Amino acid sequence: MNKIYADADAAVADIRDGATLMLGGFGLCGIPEHCIAALVRTGVRDLTCISNNAGVDDFGIGLMLKGRQVRKMISSYVGENAEFERQLLSGELEVELIPQGTLATRCMAAGYGMPAIFTPAGVGTEVAEGKETRVFGGKTYLLEMAFHADFALVKAWKADRLGNLVFKATARNFNPLMAMAGKITIAEVEELVEPGDLDANAIHVPGIYVHRLVVGTHYEKRIEQRTVRTPNS
Amino acid sequence: MLDKNGIARTIARELKDGYYVNLGIGIPTLVANFIPEGMEVQLQSENGLLGMGPFPWEGSEDPDLINAGKQTITTLPGSAFFDSAMSFGMIRSGKVDLTVLGAMEVAENGDIANWKIPGKMVKGMGGAMDLVASARHIVVAMQHVNKAGESKLLPRCTLPITGLACVRKVVTELGVFGFDERGFVLLERAPGVSADYIRERTLGHLSSIGQEPEIQWA
Repeated sequence: MNKIYADADAAVADIRDGATLMLGGFGLCGIPEHCIAALVRTGVRDLTCISNNAGVDDFGIGLMLKGRQVRKMISSYVGENAEFERQLLSGELEVELIPQGTLATRCMAAGYGMPAIFTPAGVGTEVAEGKETRVFGGKTYLLEMAFHADFALVKAWKADRLGNLVFKATARNFNPLMAMAGKITIAEVEELVEPGDLDANAIHVPGIYVHRLVVGTHYEKRIEQRTVRTPNS
Repeated sequence: MLDKNGIARTIARELKDGYYVNLGIGIPTLVANFIPEGMEVQLQSENGLLGMGPFPWEGSEDPDLINAGKQTITTLPGSAFFDSAMSFGMIRSGKVDLTVLGAMEVAENGDIANWKIPGKMVKGMGGAMDLVASARHIVVAMQHVNKAGESKLLPRCTLPITGLACVRKVVTELGVFGFDERGFVLLERAPGVSADYIRERTLGHLSSIGQEPEIQWA
């Protein structure tokens, strides 16, 4: 079994125009930055991207937007990206905004082999338009379908060569859910270890969900809002 | 009249020992500064953390450790990390005791609008729709009027709705408001603000006996 690819370029080489991708991360925290850079280099287009956010103008998915590689974005919050807003208002980019918990749970459903979920989020709002509802215990819920993606691109902290993944701190966010949902899951990691080096009790995503591994170096890990304590605060 | 810290301090009176609390971006974040000494309150950040600590000291920022506002933060002894599905699982299943968030408009039936201004602002709802659809106790912290001087406490929301009939309490710079079957109920006045003054700035139905007490902090 060999899941290890030489680099991100090799791992994303067969992603074709029109593919549906999931990209992990919350803001710029825990994004697969090397795979995104590789996608920018391939110039692949007409992508549908499922990702909580759309990066910033010059980092993350923002780089793919700048190259007009994205046809449709499915996200919960896109407020940090001027180019995104421009493409949306001009009609160049199709955008579906959905509640963050709905986004997470629709990914989760795919990884758990469930076709759909019921959630109260968005009932009575424009998110509910055209969607089936059902009442349970007097409360109304929306039927939301599981997301499917041709490729899931995730970022983990550590992996072994079998694809078992461990995430760090809040860089976990959507990554495990998307890793479990992808038809083909590409995990880029900071550190590759030998089987047995990861505590089997502490593995976040078992290797069965992970098809390709890339070891990334020189992570930029850009911080969006650097907030610090001062002795006076 | 209350300043932002005054609003946050007023909302902090809702806290109880053992509470799990989700604080939104802006004024709600300031509530964390007014958790009473000796009270154990766990802050939930919906990007995947329970037990959020203060901002890090300069030089020890960790890009892998942020809150839902994308700010660098720290953990505390006993903090726990989890993925986004579990995060909204604990929200949806009603485990979070108190949710504090900002709003652009609140209606007299408890509807809230805070995610979109058609044709102007396209940012998205983030976790707000999930929170307001499920949280047991939702308190809104906001300014009483918008930049144009118009009341944000309305008969009905004019902006796209975030959630229906979910707000339990509103705290503005002018006072504390609850709800009854007719609309807003003035519960407390900000120091030095009269009930008439508040009524003039409230477009939604407002019940007031005119003698409501001024806000007091313990």
